[in-house]
Amino acid sequence: MKEIHDFSFLALHRHGEHYFTLVLRHSHLSPMPPVAPGQFVEVRVDGEPGVMLRRPISVHDVDPDAGTLSLLVQVVGKGTRRLSQLTEGDRVNIVYPLGHGFSVDLPVSSRALLVGGGAGIAPLFYLSKVLKAKGVDCTILLGGRTAELIPVRDEFRPYGTVCLSTDDGSLGHKGLVIENPAFAEQYDIIYTCGPTPMMKAVARSAAERGIRCEVSLENMMACGVGACLCCVTDTDQGHRCVCKDGPVFDITSMKKWYENK
Amino acid sequence: MLAVKVHNLNLKNPVMTASGTFGYGEEFADFIDLNRLGGFVVKGTTGTHREGNPYPRMVETPSGMLNSVGLQNCGVEKFCSEVYHRIKHLDTNIIVNVSGSSIEEYCSVAEQIDALEHIPAIELNISCPNVKCGGMGFGTSPDMAAQVVSAVRKVYHKTLIVKLSPNVTSIAEIAKAVEGAGADSVSLINTLLGMAIDIERRRPFMANVTGGLSGPAVKPVAVRMVWQVAHAVKIPVVGLGGICTAEDAIEFLMAGATAIEVGTANFIDPAVTVKIIDGMEAWCKKHGVSDINEIIGII
Repeated sequence: MKEIHDFSFLALHRHGEHYFTLVLRHSHLSPMPPVAPGQFVEVRVDGEPGVMLRRPISVHDVDPDAGTLSLLVQVVGKGTRRLSQLTEGDRVNIVYPLGHGFSVDLPVSSRALLVGGGAGIAPLFYLSKVLKAKGVDCTILLGGRTAELIPVRDEFRPYGTVCLSTDDGSLGHKGLVIENPAFAEQYDIIYTCGPTPMMKAVARSAAERGIRCEVSLENMMACGVGACLCCVTDTDQGHRCVCKDGPVFDITSMKKWYENK
Repeated sequence: MLAVKVHNLNLKNPVMTASGTFGYGEEFADFIDLNRLGGFVVKGTTGTHREGNPYPRMVETPSGMLNSVGLQNCGVEKFCSEVYHRIKHLDTNIIVNVSGSSIEEYCSVAEQIDALEHIPAIELNISCPNVKCGGMGFGTSPDMAAQVVSAVRKVYHKTLIVKLSPNVTSIAEIAKAVEGAGADSVSLINTLLGMAIDIERRRPFMANVTGGLSGPAVKPVAVRMVWQVAHAVKIPVVGLGGICTAEDAIEFLMAGATAIEVGTANFIDPAVTVKIIDGMEAWCKKHGVSDINEIIGII
């Protein structure tokens, strides 16, 4: 069941100038609905002239018992900049949970690889927590142009083996995530979220190696519920809404998408 | 207090939703009781399934947004055999927005929808700015508009609403032409043709280059056109364009609209329609208006 709820500001942690984590507390009368890893929320941005549409942001972490929701956000425009200025006493209106998340029903001791780049790291955190609780062995491979562009990397350590790649070699392996030695190992499933060229490269490699793979896409959205059809992606079945049919897609239906460089 | 009549359609209140912003209604069922609406207009439906335009299809602009979806829809056959059966039980007026690339396609879709018991009206879309063939091409010339409406009138027997384009010199002239051709009502405005450029990438934001502008930015234009058309025709006018609040809706009624449609505002607040209905009722009580019809077209 999708809901429109008010949350109150709890904390904001900055990670350099590009990223911040916004922690919100559920302050609505009815309880929080269950949120699956990979699902997203639509955040209303108040008090910023010119910002009208909600901003789709993936769930970085959620604790239904404590009633907290964490969003890892990259500052990309007026809307996300306004969110980075939220402070004590502010309220945030959210529509959630939206979309179709990652598949997490894996046998105990399965090996999973989570590949994240940039803001795409966000949904992988809650995913790694859920997988760890299911006894899945996770390798978390995070990439960025520089060390500063891989936020919250240390938060992942309790949930799996963390491997890092940077373009400039300032942290971890120098080069692309697909060139990291951890990427070449054998896995039961690969999950990926990040820049489109990175996800396509991961998907092509997974397809060649016969590894199950899910990609989480990020397109420009308006409604977030599959009504306006603005956020479509090409799939092997034609245009599908990233907001409703995704954002997570199994690559078996995405050949046309990942083969198109 | 809020009941109105658009030709043969009895609406429990003047609030409907605009085509393309409300899916098939189901997408909003978690947020509102759909039965509270005066009606809702489902996604533009064509003779065959359409994939629409390439991505990117939307961009936010000051107090509005541009879209160029290009009539992506499942086609009339699938609508009749699948979607219709999922929504037909609803206690509200379900109106199908009908589109096409040729007069034959419009007629064929309208005829198939005519056979559906629980669809009391169609909204004939002669104003989509985002398709190459048909759409707005039919809605910007009085002769073409009259031709398509009179052809559809011959095969469609229930309430026929014609959705007009604002991208014309005189919308009143088009309205008179479709009234003369047998339309039971006109709805306006569809989106205003616009464009936005990403100056960093030095290219248009949208793959289709141009798109339709909607949202609060277009509201004064829509109010003006509703007022002009209401004075030019005798058939009821359905007003839309940037309506976000009960006050906006009342403004359209005063300009001459019998009912209104809420579009882009559904994206900002998926429950906005019921807030508008409640707000209109509160406004009437506060102002001693016992019947909303008292204020329709008072300007």
